[in-house]
Amino acid sequence: MSNKRMKPNLSADFAGIKSINPFWLASAPPTNCGEQIMRAFDAGWGGAVWKTIGAQITNVSSRYSSIDWNGQRMMGLNNIELISDRPLEVNLREITEVKKRYPKHAVIASLMVESTREAWHTIVQQSEDAGADGLELNFGCPHGMSERGMGSAVGQVPEYADMITAWVKEKSTTPVIVKLTPNISDIRTVARAAKRGGADALSAINTLNSITGIDLDTLIPRPNVDGRSSHGGYCGPAVKPIALNMVQQVMSDPDAMLPISGIGGVATWKDAAEFILLGAGTVQVCTAAMHYGYRIVEDMIDGLTNWMSEKGFATIEDFRGLSLPKVTEWKHLNLNYKIVAHIDESKCIGCDLCYTACWDGAHQCIHLDRVSRPVNGHVELHATPAEVEASNRNSITVTPIPKLDATRSKTDGPFTTPLARIPRVDETECVGCNLCALVCPVEDCITMVEVDTGLSPETWEERSANSLTGKSC
Amino acid sequence: MQELRQQRAEIAALFEDLHPPFEPQAAVLEANRCLNCFDAPCTSACPTHIDVPRFIKKIASGNLRGSALGILDANVLAASCSRVCPVQVLCEGACVMHHHHTKPIEIGRLQRFSMDAFHANGERLPRKSEEDRPEKIACLGAGPASLAAAAELKQRGFQVTVFDKRSLPGGLNTYGVAEYKLPLAASLREIELIRDLGVEFRMGVDVETELSLEALEREFDFIFLGVGLGAMHRLDIQGSTYPGVIDALQFIEAYKTGNTTKVEGSAVVIGAGNTAIDAAIAAKRLGANPVSILYRRTQDHISAFSFEYEHAKQEGVRFEWLTQPIAIHASGNQLTSVECAKMQIAPDGTIQPLANSNFSIDCDLMIPAIGQSPLLSLLELCRDVRLDHGQVSINRATGQTTNPKYFAGGDCVNGGREVVDAVADGKRAAVAIAHLLEVDHV
Repeated sequence: MSNKRMKPNLSADFAGIKSINPFWLASAPPTNCGEQIMRAFDAGWGGAVWKTIGAQITNVSSRYSSIDWNGQRMMGLNNIELISDRPLEVNLREITEVKKRYPKHAVIASLMVESTREAWHTIVQQSEDAGADGLELNFGCPHGMSERGMGSAVGQVPEYADMITAWVKEKSTTPVIVKLTPNISDIRTVARAAKRGGADALSAINTLNSITGIDLDTLIPRPNVDGRSSHGGYCGPAVKPIALNMVQQVMSDPDAMLPISGIGGVATWKDAAEFILLGAGTVQVCTAAMHYGYRIVEDMIDGLTNWMSEKGFATIEDFRGLSLPKVTEWKHLNLNYKIVAHIDESKCIGCDLCYTACWDGAHQCIHLDRVSRPVNGHVELHATPAEVEASNRNSITVTPIPKLDATRSKTDGPFTTPLARIPRVDETECVGCNLCALVCPVEDCITMVEVDTGLSPETWEERSANSLTGKSC
Repeated sequence: MQELRQQRAEIAALFEDLHPPFEPQAAVLEANRCLNCFDAPCTSACPTHIDVPRFIKKIASGNLRGSALGILDANVLAASCSRVCPVQVLCEGACVMHHHHTKPIEIGRLQRFSMDAFHANGERLPRKSEEDRPEKIACLGAGPASLAAAAELKQRGFQVTVFDKRSLPGGLNTYGVAEYKLPLAASLREIELIRDLGVEFRMGVDVETELSLEALEREFDFIFLGVGLGAMHRLDIQGSTYPGVIDALQFIEAYKTGNTTKVEGSAVVIGAGNTAIDAAIAAKRLGANPVSILYRRTQDHISAFSFEYEHAKQEGVRFEWLTQPIAIHASGNQLTSVECAKMQIAPDGTIQPLANSNFSIDCDLMIPAIGQSPLLSLLELCRDVRLDHGQVSINRATGQTTNPKYFAGGDCVNGGREVVDAVADGKRAAVAIAHLLEVDHV
């Protein structure tokens, strides 16, 4: 913390692949060709994983669909685009060109070919001859290519992943990254297989199988390809929590753990910091760049730099993985830790979303009884939401007319919000679930405050063990 | 009547919507901004208790028909209310966003969006009961209170007849609201839906005679009084009978019906209520220059809403505070000036003219806007319907007067409030009447 003013170094050394910062573009439309990647490097990206190369394919139109949420576009993005539809030799030529012009930037070739040793040996040779700094094996693409025995068809079977990784390693001289699919019950099984096969690194996650929605006029799911659709791969902000969990799972498993490039919903420096805190050495970005363009990397670099300065982290390695020990199995959590919700009356705006959330979605311990009479205790002692609402709906209200009405005070308490609308937490019943604080639209209005239970920490594991041995009942 | 269903082009050009309608996507963006409060303060603040978050979230979800029907269930004149309500002191004034460092949700415009879609789709008002009942209710006056009562009763299957002296229904909603808030044609379009329910309108009928009332009492089970207020108070000064003196409601009606399309010279409005401001702005837009509002007290005492006052200033209306007209001067029948005195407010709050303070203001058109008088002539005839300071006394919860056959609501009860207050009154009375009739026949 003493080095607040030093300029942090963002450079990354990822399984031997060096880049000026940990921000890479994922293998996807933003890395479709050399012209794009060079513009991305000019914008500040530290590396790019080339749109997957292999045998040339034909794509369909349309290809993308998305989930909007509350007026915000693209909370999640879905695609049914296949690997590169450009001739292999053009991609290889451009890889050479980009590496020549941008020697300090990481250029990774993403590879997907039919599952024969010869095919893999050939593409590895071609990519490395072109000058790629590393290879990413696309064992994750869940749509289209998987029907042809490639992509996630490989990534869902540990034996295939192990075998193909081994074939690649027979030939490769550059680091080999295996890209994992999340469309599997336990991502660690394939991560372990890749490690067994000799992979130098992992990247996770690829997209999730998805149908984003259906046009309710035509009844055709999106994206619509001449009246029909097909499941696609889902990504974007919506998938970040899934990706973080999977990165954590892999990085907490000694048999799976390898340098990992975090992928899935990274849109800001904060997202990137979170992946790195769970052990990622670099992050890969796609949806955010597709949404707003390459320019978003500027704040990713700037924001991460400022945060690292503030926290006193000089390098990425200084904080990489620091949150991993803070994720444990549930059985190791302290059962005797108790927090309760606290509402700051001066910040409350009276929306009463915490009230309805607590009654319908939690434990019925937030009440609108500051004016009537605060009562603590079980649910039957309190007016129900329906009763509260009915009493207001039955009241007679008139338009306040200056001429006809004496000016009435708008508040009935010391706060700007009427006291009757400021909810009260019954701390004797509150279980500290956080829901009220999550729904409250006002920052820091509801805080969760620790209550001393007077009990020493005890986990479920300890409690079960104690009860088995008769130490506690 | 037919020609008034379309707004006249020259009037439309001068009186564009003060609050223009939302584009569909803008409505959804705004709807998404709503926090969806529990037991929302906006709903409580609305005299008709429209479930605001419910209709707003239906806009967000794309369920426009459900949004409109939910609104109409609470307030059958929701289209006009969305345009004329002083939302700043009602729903939008109560919005929690005021405490959240941001603008309140534009509830009025969102409500208009739902209602416009409802009208554009040719939707009809739903019945609340499929049963047709024989009981008959007369609604006197065709303003918002009566319309709300009539619609609610008809939706429940009763036989309803609305009586009014005027040729067009709607009362002040049709004749008295500034055109940039609610065009006359929009008021009529909304009322068509009520007529379409099967409410009978007997227009051009004066029931203000004892004989007529007796006949009504024989024909109808209940009578709802929604007669509003009477004529505007007359200025009691020299020259007030010149033809260039026209009260604010007559003036507003004249331009809304297309009888006045232009005003030349200077206009002087007396009074500083909301109607005075509507008239002053209208005079300005119709060509008068300058337009002055004379008020005998100061800005702190005006009865207009503050946002109306601000609007008038933006439109270029001048305010002459502590000014009282004394005499109106004319050359022939053409007004020339108004003679005024400056007033002073004594510490006890009374106002007195300042000695030797007289001055003149050029005046080609004089518009007094000093309030409406109660319609005592009719109400006194209604036996046992007690009045209190000229206003009909009712049970607030039911609208029933001291004569159990008579119910009342709107301006004749509250002395002159808003359309939404009249609608709330009318609906409460209708529910009470229906309850009495339904209980009778069990």
